[in-house]
Amino acid sequence: MFGWEFPPHNSGGLGVACQGLTRSLAERGFEVLFVMPKRLDVSSPWARMIFAEREGIETLEFDSPLSPYMTSSKYGKQSKNGIYAGDLFSEVERYRGMGATIAKEESFDVIYAHDWLSFGAGLEAKKATGKPLIVHVHATEFDRSGGASGVNPHVFGIEKLGMEQADCVVAVSEFTKQIIVTKYGIPAEKVRVVYNGIDESTAPSGIGLRRLRSLKSSGYSIVLFLGRLTLQKGPDHFLRAAKKALERDPRIMFVISGSGDMEDEMTQLAAKLGISGNVIFTGFLSGADRHEMYVAADLFVMPSVSEPFGITPLESMRLGTPVLISKQSGVSEVVHHALKVDFWDTDEMANKILSVVGHDALRSSLSENAKKEAERITWADAALKLDGILHGLVKSH
Amino acid sequence: MKSVCFYFQVHQPYRVKRYRVFDIGNDPEYFNDRSESDLNNRRIVEKVAAKSYIPATTLLLELLKRHPEMRVSFSFSGIALEQLERYVPEAIELFKAIIDTGRAEVLGETYYHSLSFFYSEAEFERQVSKHRDIIRRLFGVWPRVFRNTELSYRNDLAHWAERQGYAGVIAEGWDPVLGWRSPNYVYTPKGAKQIRLLLKNYKLSDDIAFRFSSRDWPEWPLTAEKFGQWVQASDGDTVNLFMDYETFGEHQWADTGIFSFLEKLPEELYKNGGIAFRTPSEVIQAHDVKDEVDMPHIVTWADTDRDLTAWVGNPMQKAAIDSVYSLEDKILLANDGRLLEDWRKLQTSDHFYYMCTKWSADGDVHAYFSPYESPYDAYISYMNALSDLRLRVEKKGT
Repeated sequence: MFGWEFPPHNSGGLGVACQGLTRSLAERGFEVLFVMPKRLDVSSPWARMIFAEREGIETLEFDSPLSPYMTSSKYGKQSKNGIYAGDLFSEVERYRGMGATIAKEESFDVIYAHDWLSFGAGLEAKKATGKPLIVHVHATEFDRSGGASGVNPHVFGIEKLGMEQADCVVAVSEFTKQIIVTKYGIPAEKVRVVYNGIDESTAPSGIGLRRLRSLKSSGYSIVLFLGRLTLQKGPDHFLRAAKKALERDPRIMFVISGSGDMEDEMTQLAAKLGISGNVIFTGFLSGADRHEMYVAADLFVMPSVSEPFGITPLESMRLGTPVLISKQSGVSEVVHHALKVDFWDTDEMANKILSVVGHDALRSSLSENAKKEAERITWADAALKLDGILHGLVKSH
Repeated sequence: MKSVCFYFQVHQPYRVKRYRVFDIGNDPEYFNDRSESDLNNRRIVEKVAAKSYIPATTLLLELLKRHPEMRVSFSFSGIALEQLERYVPEAIELFKAIIDTGRAEVLGETYYHSLSFFYSEAEFERQVSKHRDIIRRLFGVWPRVFRNTELSYRNDLAHWAERQGYAGVIAEGWDPVLGWRSPNYVYTPKGAKQIRLLLKNYKLSDDIAFRFSSRDWPEWPLTAEKFGQWVQASDGDTVNLFMDYETFGEHQWADTGIFSFLEKLPEELYKNGGIAFRTPSEVIQAHDVKDEVDMPHIVTWADTDRDLTAWVGNPMQKAAIDSVYSLEDKILLANDGRLLEDWRKLQTSDHFYYMCTKWSADGDVHAYFSPYESPYDAYISYMNALSDLRLRVEKKGT
C-alpha cells in the first residue's frame, strides 16, 4: 500500500483514512505493507499505531519532502513545519522511482495507492510485477483547487494516468465518483464507491472542556469551523453566514480552527464584516485540543465548496456535537442526522446556525441521533467492501 | 351475515413552507409555498386529486351503481375539504355524489386533523364542532361515528363521544391491547354504556394499503379473488378495512393494478355469499357486543409502536406541540380570525410526524411521507413560523 502520511504524522483526513483502512483490512486478515515516502517516528506513544502494527502491519519508510495538502499556488514555496519539505514534483518523481524497487523486494498480491502523490509509485510497481493496481481517490485536483480554473495540469495528468492504468478506482463517495467519470473520463463501471468511516482508533479523544468553559458559562454559544483555511473548505462562506447570524443573535462565538493559505484573508474578512469580536482563530489543533474544541462546540459547520468525503463531521457527530454540512460533500451521502446546506447559501447556513443555537430540543435531538449514527459508520464496513474488490481482482489475475 | 366495512381517510395538511429565522416578524404567510417542491400545498392537492381522489371516487360511484348492496364510508379532515373546494372543486362534487347515494357514511373527526384531544379538550371540541359544520354544509349529513386523528384512541375518548351522542367510535385493532380478542367483533369501550367500539383489522387493511405492490411480499400479486377468500375465511362478525384514501392511486400507483383490484373486489366478496357490505353505523346495528375493551393508554394506527411516538416521541416534537398549545389562551384572547386559523393549521398532526427521527423499520415510511429534507428541517421551519405567530399575537395584545 503506497501512502504518504499516517497518524500521528498527518496533516489531514488522508492519514486518518489510511490508518482506518489499514487497521480494518488487517482485522479482516489482510497483510498490509504500508509504504511511506519518509521515515517517521513510528515508536510514537500513540498506542493505536502500535496496536495496528501488532495486527500485521509493517511500515516501510524512506526520506521524502512531500506535503499532500499544498495547493498548487504554494507548490515549491512551503518549507516550514510540514513533515515534508522541498520541491514537491521532484519528490513525487523520486517516490515514483522507488515504486519498482520496493515492489521487486517484497511479495504481495495487490498494489494499492492512495491519491496522486503515490499513483506514480503504484504504477511503477504494477509495471515491475504485473500485479493488479487499485488507486484510491480521497480527493481530486478539482476539489483541492476549489474549481476548474485552478487545476494544475501536471497533477491532473498524474491523476488521470493513474486512474486509467489502474485495474480499479476506489472513490470515497458518489460525489467523487461523478468527478472521476466526468472530468477524468474513467468508465463508471471501473469506479467503486467505498465510504470512509470512523472508529475508536481514529476518533479524537481527550479530557474535555476546559479553556472554553468561561465563554460558555457567560452564555455564548460556540459554532465551530475546523479544517484547512483554503478555498476548498469554504471558510469565507462560514464568516459570511456568521455575519448574518450575529445580526439576529450576538451571543454566538464563531471559532475557526485550522491553518492554511487563506489565514490572513480570513482575519481581514472578519474585520471587514465587523465581526472580529465574535470570531476566534485558534490555529491548527490536534489531539486533545481538537477533542476539546469539538466537545465545547454547540454546532460544527463544514461549509466545503467541494469535499470528496469529509471525516471531520463524523468526528464531531461521534462526540455528540451536531453538524451542519455542505451538500457538496461525500459525507452528506451517508449521514441523515445532520443539517445540510448548499455551501453558497449563507442565508440558509445562518438560519440553521440560529436554529440550533436557539432551540435546545433541536440540538439535543441532533446530538443524540448523530452520535448513534456515527457509531454505525465504521472502517470495518469500508474494509468489508474492499474485501470483495480485492478478492475479485486477485481472482481475475 | 358477516359484515365487511370500508372506511377511507381523506386528509391533506397545510404544509409549512421553508420558513427561515429571518422571516420571523416579516412574513405572516406560512403555508403559501408556490415552488415546484412538495411544500406547495396547492400542487400536492391537485396532484393527489388527479391521481387518487378523482379516479377512485369515479370508480366507487360506478361500483355503487353496479352493486346495489355496496357500502363505503369516509372521514374527511376539514382542511382537506377546504383545500379541495379551493383547488379541485370537481373532487368535492364527486364526493357529494357518493354521499348523495345514501350508501356512504361520513365519520366525525377534528377539522384540523389535530391531536388536540390529548392537549386541550376545549379546543378539541371547537374543532369537532367546526368539522360538523363543514360536513353539514357540503354533504348535508351529521356524523354518528367518531374517529380521532391517526385513529388515536383512549378510553376517555369513548366516554367523550358517548356524552356527545355518537353511536360508535373507531380504534386500531392492535393485538397486544386486545389480547385474545379478535378485531372482527363489535365491542363496548370500558366504562361506557351505549357507545360501541369498532376495531380496524390492520392485517387485512395493510395488505391493501402497504403491501399491495410489494414484490418482496410472498402473497404478491394480491388479486381481488385471493383477498375475497381471506375476508371470507376470517373469523368473527365484521372485517373492518380502514385505510388512507390515497392508497388508491397515490400510495399505490395506478400501474400497480390497485384500481382494477378495487373494481373486482365487490363481486369477489359477494361470490360465495354470506358477506354484506356495511357502514360503521350499520355494523353497530347488525351485530351484538362481544365484550368490553379497555384501552387506558393511547393507541394509534401508526408504526410498529401503535402509540403517539411517531408524533411526539422525540424532544423536538414535544417542544413543538407544547409550544403550539401553550399559545391557546393568548390566541383566544386576541380574538382575531386569521391568528386563530393559522394557530389551528399549525396543530395538524402531520407537522409533528415530519419531525419524527425513528429511522428504524418505520423510518422509510416517515421519509416517504415527508416533504422536508429531514426531520430537522421540518422542525426549523415549524418553530420559526410559530415564533412569528407568537410575535403577531403579542403585538395584538399590546
